Amino acid sequence: MALKLTDYRTEVHNDWCPGCGDFGILSAVQMALAETKLNLSDTVVVSGIGCSGKTPHYVNVTGIHTLHGRPLPFATGIKISNPGLNVVVVGGDGDGMGIGAGHFVAAGRRNVDMVYIIYDNGVYGLTKGQASPTLKLGTKTKGLIFPNMTSNINPLILAMACGYTFVARGYSFNVQHLKSIIKAAIDHRGTAFVDVLQPCPTYNDINSKEWYNGEDRSAENNGRPLPRVYTLESKGYDPNVNTDAGRDAETVMLDAFKYASEWGDSIPIGVFYRNEEIPTYGDRILERIPEYSALPPAKQRIGNGNRKPVADIEGYMDELSV
Amino acid sequence: MIENRLQWCIGGAQGSGVDTSANIFSRACAEGGLWVAGKREYFSNIKGEHSYFVVRVDSKEVHALHDAIDMLATFDDETVARHFDEVVKGGALIYDSALVNKKIEDIPTLERRIREELAKRFPSSPPTIGTLIESCRSRGVHVCAVNYSSLLNVISSKTGEKRMSVLGRMVNVIAVAVSFALLKYDIADLKSSIDRIFGGKKNVAAMNGTAAEVAYEYVKGNFHEEIDCRLMKVPRGKGKRMLLNGNQAVALGKVAGGLRFQTYYPITPAADESTYLERYERFPMKGKDGARGSIVVLQTEDEIAAVTMAIGGALAGVRTATCTSGPGFSLMAEGIGWAGINEVPVVITNYQRAGPSTGMPTRHEQGDLKFSMYGGHGDFPRMVICSADMQECFYDANHAFNYAERYQMPVIHLIDKALANSTESVPYFDPSGMNIDRGLFMGDGTPFVLKEGEEYARFKFTENGISPRIPVGTPGAVFWNTGDEHTEIGHITEDPVLRNMMMEKRMGKLDLALKEIPADEQYHYFGDDKPDLLVVSWGSTKGAILEAVDGLRKEGKKIGFLQMRLILPFPAEKVREFAGRAGKIAVMEMNYVGQLADVIAEYTGIMAEFRVVKYNGRPITVDEARSSLRSILEGRSEKRVVLTHGA
Repeated sequence: MALKLTDYRTEVHNDWCPGCGDFGILSAVQMALAETKLNLSDTVVVSGIGCSGKTPHYVNVTGIHTLHGRPLPFATGIKISNPGLNVVVVGGDGDGMGIGAGHFVAAGRRNVDMVYIIYDNGVYGLTKGQASPTLKLGTKTKGLIFPNMTSNINPLILAMACGYTFVARGYSFNVQHLKSIIKAAIDHRGTAFVDVLQPCPTYNDINSKEWYNGEDRSAENNGRPLPRVYTLESKGYDPNVNTDAGRDAETVMLDAFKYASEWGDSIPIGVFYRNEEIPTYGDRILERIPEYSALPPAKQRIGNGNRKPVADIEGYMDELSV
Repeated sequence: MIENRLQWCIGGAQGSGVDTSANIFSRACAEGGLWVAGKREYFSNIKGEHSYFVVRVDSKEVHALHDAIDMLATFDDETVARHFDEVVKGGALIYDSALVNKKIEDIPTLERRIREELAKRFPSSPPTIGTLIESCRSRGVHVCAVNYSSLLNVISSKTGEKRMSVLGRMVNVIAVAVSFALLKYDIADLKSSIDRIFGGKKNVAAMNGTAAEVAYEYVKGNFHEEIDCRLMKVPRGKGKRMLLNGNQAVALGKVAGGLRFQTYYPITPAADESTYLERYERFPMKGKDGARGSIVVLQTEDEIAAVTMAIGGALAGVRTATCTSGPGFSLMAEGIGWAGINEVPVVITNYQRAGPSTGMPTRHEQGDLKFSMYGGHGDFPRMVICSADMQECFYDANHAFNYAERYQMPVIHLIDKALANSTESVPYFDPSGMNIDRGLFMGDGTPFVLKEGEEYARFKFTENGISPRIPVGTPGAVFWNTGDEHTEIGHITEDPVLRNMMMEKRMGKLDLALKEIPADEQYHYFGDDKPDLLVVSWGSTKGAILEAVDGLRKEGKKIGFLQMRLILPFPAEKVREFAGRAGKIAVMEMNYVGQLADVIAEYTGIMAEFRVVKYNGRPITVDEARSSLRSILEGRSEKRVVLTHGA
C-alpha cells in the first residue's frame, strides 16, 4: 500500500504557538518523507530539547526525543548500529550550536549518512526568549532585558568548517522550497545540514516573518513588501563539488562562504555546498570491517539457540596464554 | 630458605621499559608453572616520572600483594630512594654501582617530602644512593651491585651492536636476568619469555637473550652470598592459563557477552579496554569456518556523546557499552537518567580512580559507589554491580548486559584502577558458562507480530513492569521515546495519575531484579557461619581480605567476609541476615567516608562499628587487611581505621 502524506502524521495535539515557523518545518519534513516514500518503520526522527524537540511526537515514524544538545550522538549511535535506517535529526539553534556545539563539530568530521535540521530562530523559546547562538550582537528582542552581548555564529560557515558535506538553508514560510531541500538532504550520502530560518512569533520580534518578508521595505518597492529572502537557484548558483570537472571543494566552499555571509537585506536560501566525494563514516568502517554492510551491529546474532555466546574468544585467550 | 614465594619489584622512569621488564619477569615465572599477581603504579605522565611494578609469585594462585618486597631490582637512582626501606631482611637489592655517589637531593623527580625525610634520617652528610644501600646492607639485605655500563659493553662485543640508544634499552632485561640469577631460576624459562614478548622482532629477542646470558654469567662470577628466596619450576597441571589485566578481562567478557558497539572517550585507566576491543574488532564465530563477527568501537568527542551514542546503539537493538572513569562518568549522569526513564539497556563500565575532580588519575580508589547509585536528577531505575577479580570482570561483563536487557535499564559495572592495571595469571575463562539472556527483547529472531490495527506501546503496563522491547527498524512498528514523562505509547504527558503509574512501573523493576537475580550474583560469603567479626567489602579489596581472613581463621579466629557484588538494587535483607549472625561488623573499602558502610546504614539501619578505609591511592595489601582485622578482633582498634601503606 502506497504511503500518503497523512500516514506521516500523528494524532498528538500540537502545542506550538499559533503562527510558529515550526509548523512549516514539520510540514516540509512530512512532505519530504512522503515524497521520498521512506518506510515508517525504517525511519527515525531524533530530536533535542525545546519546541523543536517535540517534532518527533508529531511525525508517525519512530521518534526519539532526547536530551538538550545531544540528538546528534544519539542519532549517530542509531545509524552506526543499523545503517539501513533513515535518520533525520532535528533541534534548535541553541541545542545544536550552544549546549551541543561540540557534537555539532564532531558530526561534521564523521559524515554519518543522516540529515540534521536546525530550527533557527535566534531565541530560546521554551524558556521565554533568551538569546541563542544565532542572535546578532546588540540585538534586543522583546524577551531580553538588555541587548544581546554575545556575537552570533554563522551556522552555514561553521558547518562547512566542520566538514559537513551538505550545507543548506531554508525558510520555514517557503515550505515547498524547504521540502525540496530536505528531500535533497535525504538523498545526500553523508551528513546533510539544513539551517532553517524560523521566526519565533512570541519572542523574536526582530527577525519576524514580517521582517523576512520585507514588509518594512515597502517604501522602496512601490508600496509592496520587498522580501529579504531569495533563492540561490535564482542566481544560477552551483553548490556541487566535482573535482574532475574543475570545481574542487575549496573552490565551491569559497563561493559558498560569500553567499553564506550575506545577511540583512538579502538572505540567500538553498543548497550552499554539496560534496559527495568524502566517504561517509559507514564507508570508513567498511574499510576496516568488510562484514559491516551485511552484518552491522544491529543485524548480528550474539547467542545461539542455547543462549550461549557465538563469539569465539579462544584465540584471544591463546594470545594471552602462559 | 623460602621457595617459590616471593614479592619482586622493579622500578624506573616512565618510558624506560619497566612494564616490559615486569611482563618478562611474570611470563618467565608463569612459564615455570608459577602463579603471579602484579600491580602497576605510575604517575600521570608520559616520560620521566617514577613508575614501578610489583609482582608476587607463588606456587598457588594469588590475587593480592603483601607490604614487603623480597627483591628490588633497580637500574636508576630514584627507585632505590623510594623503595629501599621496603626490602626485607634476607632479601636482595639490585642496583647500579655507578650511582652510589649520586646525592638524593639531586634526584629532581623525587618529592621534596621524601628528600627532606631522608636528609633528616641520614644527617651526617647529604645522603647518597650509597648511604641507602649501606642502610639496607646493615639491616641484613643482600645488596647486589651491577655495573650496567660494563655489562652493556660485553653485550655490545658479543652482538656487534654499537649503538648506545639500542644497548641502553637492555638495562631492564639485565635487571630481570640478575634477579632470576640470584633466585637460581632456570634461564631457559627467562629466554622463552623473552622470545614470546619480542616474538615479532627476532633481532631484539636475540639481543635480549644475550643480555640475559651475560647477566647470569656476571652473577655467577661476582655474587656469592645466599639470599633467602629461591624460584624453581613446578609441575603445571592440566588447565590452560593466561596472564592478563582487568581491562582485558572485561573486554573479553564483553566480546563473548555480545557487545557489538562500544563508545568511549580516552581516559585513564579505562581507555585500554576500548583500544584492546578495537584491536580485536573482528573476531571469529564459533563453528563457522572463517565467519567473522565484529564490534564497532567509536571514539567520541566527549563522554556525553559516549553515553548517548551508546544509548542510540541500544535503541537499535545492539548490546552496547561505554567505558570510562570518574570524570567521564560524571559527565554521563544526564544520559544515564535518560536511559533510566526510557528503559534502555545500556552498560557503563566505570573504572574508578582516585578522585575528586582530576584527583590522582593513575591511582586507585573506590570512590564512585554512591555516585553510581545516586548520580543524576530524579529517581530512575539503574543497577550497580561490581567485580572483584579477573574471573568476575569477565563473567560480570555479560551479567551487566543480561540485567540491562532483562530489566531494561542502565547497568553500571564498577571496576577500579587496581583491577585495570593488575596483571594476574589465571585459568582460561569458560564462555560456555555464560548465558545470553535478552529478556523481552523482540529483535533477536523472536517473532514479533502486531495484530491488525494494534499500536505498539513501548512502555506498556504489564504485570511485572517489563514491556516487550523492539529495536528501531522493526517492520510494521514505530515507537516513541522521550526524556519527558510519557504515556505507554511514549508521548509526553504531565498527567498526575499516569505519572504515578509510570514511576511505579519503572522503579518496581528494581524489586523484581532483586527477587530474580541468583544469590551468587548478589554477594559471596566466606568464612565462619557465626563469626565474631563480619567484614563487608566490595570490588578489588577481595583478594587481600580473603587472604587475611584465611590467615586469621587458621589462627583460630572466627571471622566471615561478605563480598557485595550487587549494590543496586541493594540486597538489604541478606545483609541484615549476615549481620544478625555476626558479632562486630567492619566495612573495609578504598574511599574516605566509607561509602558502602553508609549504604548499609541507609538500607538496613545497621551502623557498622568499624570503618576501615584507605584513600592514599594505593590498594589495600594483605598485611594491612590482616593487621587491621586482628586489631578489631582483639579489641584494640579505633572505630575508624585509615590504612596508609604504599609508595
